[in-house]
Amino acid sequence: MTPEKIIFLIVAGATLASGLMVVTTRNLIHAALWLVATLFGVAAVFAILNAGFIAVVQIVVYVGAIAILFIFAVMLTRKDMRDSGPQHNKNWWAGALLAVMTFGGLVFLVQSWASLSKAAADIPSGFDAVSQLGNQLTSPNAYVLPFEVASVLLLAAMVGAVYVAFNRK
Amino acid sequence: MNFWTDPLKVAAEWLEGILTGWGMDAIFAHVLVVFLGVLLLITILMVLDIFLVWIERKVVSRFQDRIGPNRVGPYGLIQPFADIIKLIIKEDTTPDGADKVVYNLAPILSMMSVLIVWAVVPIAPVILGTDLNVGVLFLIAAGAIGTLSIIMAGWSSNNKFALIGGFRQVAMMVAFEIPMLTMLLIPTIFAGSMNMNAIIQAQGSIWYFFLSPLGTLIFLIAVIAELGRAPFDLAEGESELVAGYNTEYSGMKFGMFYAGELLHAMTFGGIWGILFFGGYRFFGLEQVSPFLAVLIFLAKALIGYWVIMWVKYTMMRIRIDQMLAFNWMFLTPLSFVLLMVTALANALLAGTSIWVYGIGMFASNIILGWVALEIVRSYSRKEREKLEGPRKVAEAHH
Repeated sequence: MTPEKIIFLIVAGATLASGLMVVTTRNLIHAALWLVATLFGVAAVFAILNAGFIAVVQIVVYVGAIAILFIFAVMLTRKDMRDSGPQHNKNWWAGALLAVMTFGGLVFLVQSWASLSKAAADIPSGFDAVSQLGNQLTSPNAYVLPFEVASVLLLAAMVGAVYVAFNRK
Repeated sequence: MNFWTDPLKVAAEWLEGILTGWGMDAIFAHVLVVFLGVLLLITILMVLDIFLVWIERKVVSRFQDRIGPNRVGPYGLIQPFADIIKLIIKEDTTPDGADKVVYNLAPILSMMSVLIVWAVVPIAPVILGTDLNVGVLFLIAAGAIGTLSIIMAGWSSNNKFALIGGFRQVAMMVAFEIPMLTMLLIPTIFAGSMNMNAIIQAQGSIWYFFLSPLGTLIFLIAVIAELGRAPFDLAEGESELVAGYNTEYSGMKFGMFYAGELLHAMTFGGIWGILFFGGYRFFGLEQVSPFLAVLIFLAKALIGYWVIMWVKYTMMRIRIDQMLAFNWMFLTPLSFVLLMVTALANALLAGTSIWVYGIGMFASNIILGWVALEIVRSYSRKEREKLEGPRKVAEAHH
């Protein structure tokens, strides 16, 4: 077993465990903090996969903005942050079935993928993943249209948020 | 290759040789040596942190026309050790109703968010943790952990002052992250890379301070806000909030917040030096020896730290609405415009000589700064007239 494998197993295990804690813990703030731990775990998996940019952006966007916003919202909404109701409703078996089937389907798909057992090709030295990503996102032959559409969508959401929050006198 | 040109690599290879000689697997020996390197860096930083307490106290006392610690050891140098012993033997209190795990985790995360920054800081051309190609973004990610630690401390203390302090600090950090991130993109535009080492290497002919003086200034302001130091220390606001988010912490847990803040200030002094003042570069001296480069970097970091202290002990605290208005209505739009101007000028002046390029960049920054100040001045004049106009009219009638 290589050190990378050991690190991956530790990180993946911690991610799954904290993901489980998000849905089982009864304290909402604790759930949000476990979510932060899960997001860190996902970022670590990205880092292991040599995707440094995605890993850092994961932390900046999800931990730095979204999780902080979650915690803010939870702190400001209720005085008692403990949820005492039942944790699942009568449809829990359908959800469990769907989850198991999705997992089974994914395992089947990955198993039948021919290049699963092949080792990944080495990244050539001098290969800059970040500039490649930037070129792809702004090249007309690649993803400039989806990128611009997503930007316009985000801008529209921002304008909408400003409009809703705007205090007319 | 010898010890004086690449000390870290030579030492690591020597150690790995010994470990594999003992029959250890080569890969595990490598992992162990890297781990020991991290441990060494953290130890050096923590020892440096102890002396930062002394530096901070000495500098503040000079600003306030005092002498400062001068009793324990020469120039009071052993004072911080006495402080540490005091902090360790102090009673460690946990308030009633505190969320124990979160409460104890917060100071650790606060310290960690500072130490993790050093993973990407190039201390010398060959002495650096990791040569991350997104090093600049990594700073913002580390800042996110700091924000998290403060909101955890504020909430878990079960104290309303701590909670208000935590809210204020997070509102400020989230707000000033935007101009900071925008200003981090300016060296990125000049160097064409987000790698910290590449940014330093690209400053061979000219420091980025001369290309973007306005960017340097905005980055410093955003850093001071991110650090929560005066004039942005309203999260601690001792005259209104006791001590803000760390009100309930005592002993070494408070010490972690305090030491973390000092090291954070020094670290960002260093980052300021790296991004705009050439990092370990100083007229080719860095090529003589990596040890000299370390000294140059340390000197620049301490000068940056001194500037941050200078601001802290000179300015008064501003109110939260002033802080938010200053950021959202002035600093954020200005930094966006500056980024656009810089990108445009960089494209227009590409290929010209270094003099034309430098003077063009410098002039565009100065003109932009002047225009921004003029707009603010005319706006504030209008606001003042709105307030003072009727009063003057009323006075005339009496």
